[in-house]
Amino acid sequence: MDKKDYLPIIGLEIHIELKTKSKMFCQCQADFFGKEPNSQVCPVCLGLPGALPVPNKKAVEWTILLAKALNCQINHFSKFDRKHYFYPDLPKGYQISQYDQPIANNGFIKIYYEKGLEKKFRIRRVHLEEDTGKLIHQGEETLIDFNRSGLPLVEIVTEPDFNKSEDVKRFLEELQVIIRYLDVSYADMEKGSMRLEPNISIKKLKTQNLKLKTNEIDNLPSYKVEVKNINSFRFVKQAIDYEVERQIKILEKGEMPKQETRGYDSKKGITYSQRSKEEADDYRYFPEPDIPPMVFSSQEIERTKLPELPYQRYQRYLKNFSLRQQEAFLLTRDKKIADFFEEVNNKFQTQSQKLSLKIDNSSQAIANLIVNKKISLNLDVNQFVNKAITLLLPKKTDKELLKKVINKILTENKKAVSDYQNGKKNALMFLVGQVMRELKGKVEVKEVIEELNIRVRS
Amino acid sequence: MNLLGKTVLEIKSLIEKKKISYNELWEFFLKRIKKYNPRLNVFLTIVDKKTNKIPIAVKDNFCTKDIRTTAASLVLDNFIPPYESTVTKRLIDNGFSVIGKTNMDAWAHGSSTETSDYRPTKNPWDLERSPGGSSGGSAAAVISYLAPAAIGSETAGSIRGPASWCGVIGLKPTYGRVSRYGLIAMGSSLDCPGPLTLSVKDAAYILELIAGKDFFDATSSLKEKEKYSDFLNKKKSYILGIADDYFEGVDKETEKKVNEAIEIFKKMGHRIKKIKLLSPKYAISVYTILQRVEVSSNLARYDGIKYGNSRQNFKEEAKKRMMLGAYTISFGCFDAYYKKAQQVRTLIIQDFNEKFKEVDMILSPTMPITALKLGEFKKYPFFGEKMDVLAEPAAVAGLPAISFPVGLDKNNLPIGLQLVGRYFEEKEILNLSYQFEKETEFFGVIKKGIERYSD
Ligand SMILES: [Zn+2]
Repeated sequence: MDKKDYLPIIGLEIHIELKTKSKMFCQCQADFFGKEPNSQVCPVCLGLPGALPVPNKKAVEWTILLAKALNCQINHFSKFDRKHYFYPDLPKGYQISQYDQPIANNGFIKIYYEKGLEKKFRIRRVHLEEDTGKLIHQGEETLIDFNRSGLPLVEIVTEPDFNKSEDVKRFLEELQVIIRYLDVSYADMEKGSMRLEPNISIKKLKTQNLKLKTNEIDNLPSYKVEVKNINSFRFVKQAIDYEVERQIKILEKGEMPKQETRGYDSKKGITYSQRSKEEADDYRYFPEPDIPPMVFSSQEIERTKLPELPYQRYQRYLKNFSLRQQEAFLLTRDKKIADFFEEVNNKFQTQSQKLSLKIDNSSQAIANLIVNKKISLNLDVNQFVNKAITLLLPKKTDKELLKKVINKILTENKKAVSDYQNGKKNALMFLVGQVMRELKGKVEVKEVIEELNIRVRS
Repeated sequence: MNLLGKTVLEIKSLIEKKKISYNELWEFFLKRIKKYNPRLNVFLTIVDKKTNKIPIAVKDNFCTKDIRTTAASLVLDNFIPPYESTVTKRLIDNGFSVIGKTNMDAWAHGSSTETSDYRPTKNPWDLERSPGGSSGGSAAAVISYLAPAAIGSETAGSIRGPASWCGVIGLKPTYGRVSRYGLIAMGSSLDCPGPLTLSVKDAAYILELIAGKDFFDATSSLKEKEKYSDFLNKKKSYILGIADDYFEGVDKETEKKVNEAIEIFKKMGHRIKKIKLLSPKYAISVYTILQRVEVSSNLARYDGIKYGNSRQNFKEEAKKRMMLGAYTISFGCFDAYYKKAQQVRTLIIQDFNEKFKEVDMILSPTMPITALKLGEFKKYPFFGEKMDVLAEPAAVAGLPAISFPVGLDKNNLPIGLQLVGRYFEEKEILNLSYQFEKETEFFGVIKKGIERYSD
């Protein structure tokens, strides 16, 4: 059989650790990275007898903000539930999570490709929960560090809309950029503040070359395989591709892949069976009695204002700065870089107007400088602009013409010359501007300054 | 000076007037504990450390910093909390100090203090009988005067029941009036800490100290607490509701004493009104389901990895509750049991709200019978639920209630009467109880109880 007869069906479960100051249900510091094990714990996040959870308002606000950025519908009524299972890193024997009434439902992310192609992937739900502690295996023994226990974790669940690992990767990248724009999480896969668990199954297509739109697939395969431990962007594609191949091979033998949880081994580049999931887990969810339900009025939901998101910024760059798609896309990937671009661009426009520089589509030129890292981004805006001006002006200067023009300007502006000689430094820049205007900007400013300096001093 | 039977407020005044010293006070109680505790088994841990504060007994399910806290289960046999519960913290900050942790049913599962892993507490009125439960140790501590007052906790009847069987005052505040932070959870949506005392004034005073918003308990109410003590002296007349269902299956002698009390209320100028309430049997079903579910979840943390002791230390009662609770919310059962129970709970609340438009308080016996002999509870699988039948509706609805003595039966065992009030109207039930106390001195029941331990 041909590979075309198989359609991978992929849904994602993504966990985002919020970067709030304190944990989800207690006052402990949330930033645990590099801290001594069990140094940031209290009765609540250790699940001691009698301790009670009190929800972190900021975490709830940020979840609403994130859900809004993902085009979700925010629910007016939401509550926490207890999800029961036993694991040593779960101190209470249950995780405080959300079950049937999450904070938000029904959103989507639009993925845009450089060539202007767009794809939309649906989001089923966004909910808030607490993180678990961490097991550390050391030789014969296993230690538990509860510093991470109780950190706010947003879970994003997509519809099984993905058929290609490339799309998954793009989706994750877009999600990461959005989250970083909102500044609610570091969204760093390597450090675990963004975690991906794809559910993968393969649908056998009955008719060859049948064109299916993802959201028209109604009959999903009867099994799915969850893949864990993908802890870097580099491995997302590799892990999914491996798993898809593996399942197709099983189907080709006329067998059914097992419903299970598999781990990803990045060294070997393979997935391996961790836990069979023949039956659905029974987490015995019930409403968390320690936390009153949350009610959000329309006004409260309205009040949460989204900043400009990468997609909007990208559109604006195309429209306002006439950038090419590629540079507009690349610049808007990182909010800091995009902000830098706008500052430099602004300054550059004023400067070049003052100096009467003539550069065609200078915004695009600045964008190129930034994207191609022609000038160090560590410079401050002024330094960058000065460098940019030098770099962007035509290299060859007609020395004779320059001398002639300078002569002309100096005779016409005797007052400025004497001003300068009497210590008025600004006067020089005025003269530079006059020369540049006369030459219609077709000369390097540096040379004009040098030449003028020699002439005025003498 | 003979301190026997002095209330907390009397002791406070004696200390302020320098009639006694804290040292004498502690000597007095520690000596009594040494003498009577072996007989009564009231305390699981005695804090033999004198302070310049008034001693108080605290049920062993409140976490007390650096003082062993077991919830009367061997699972927590050597658990020493690193933190203080809000209730004990507020008491400590206001001039009290824990003299001992009182016995209880293990995890508060029971109504007789017999499920304790540290042997039952004896009823000070008759050592062959149960003091009631689960706050049996706290009630026994007060009537045998091993402490001038005690803190208990109630999920459904666990303060009022033992108060009734031991002949003291037991106040269960509105759910959310007193913080649960640091109270080892039983049924989280029902648990209420409250005082057991020798006088209504003491109950009002202690409530004033422990009530109020706590930012460590998201279910604690933002509503301002009130000056319960000041309100006691307001002369008020009330309409008291009486429902026939609440007298059904009640022992004849208990019924008689409660009826006599009703006549006294009438003479004092209060009006009695017959009302029809939902039968308390619905509350039993609701309570049983919700409490089991919450128990199964709340005990999940004792997984044998932490706290040093294995799960083998869970006894039959806890295991039965966990199994039933886990089943109730397992896949496919949730709607039939848990959800339905919540719906009926809403109906019970609505029923009370309706009736409280007509009456100010609802009056009934606290317990259908007086103290049972130890060991009798084993004959009944849902013993606690049946014993607490009259306490459960108010617990399920989260309403405030109080129990106080209205006499003794022919076996010289105390009989209790309860008043259930509107949400956050503790001040009203305390006011009426105080009026009754001034009128009757509770028929000398408290005095008689204490005098049994006078030497
Ligand atoms: Zn903490």
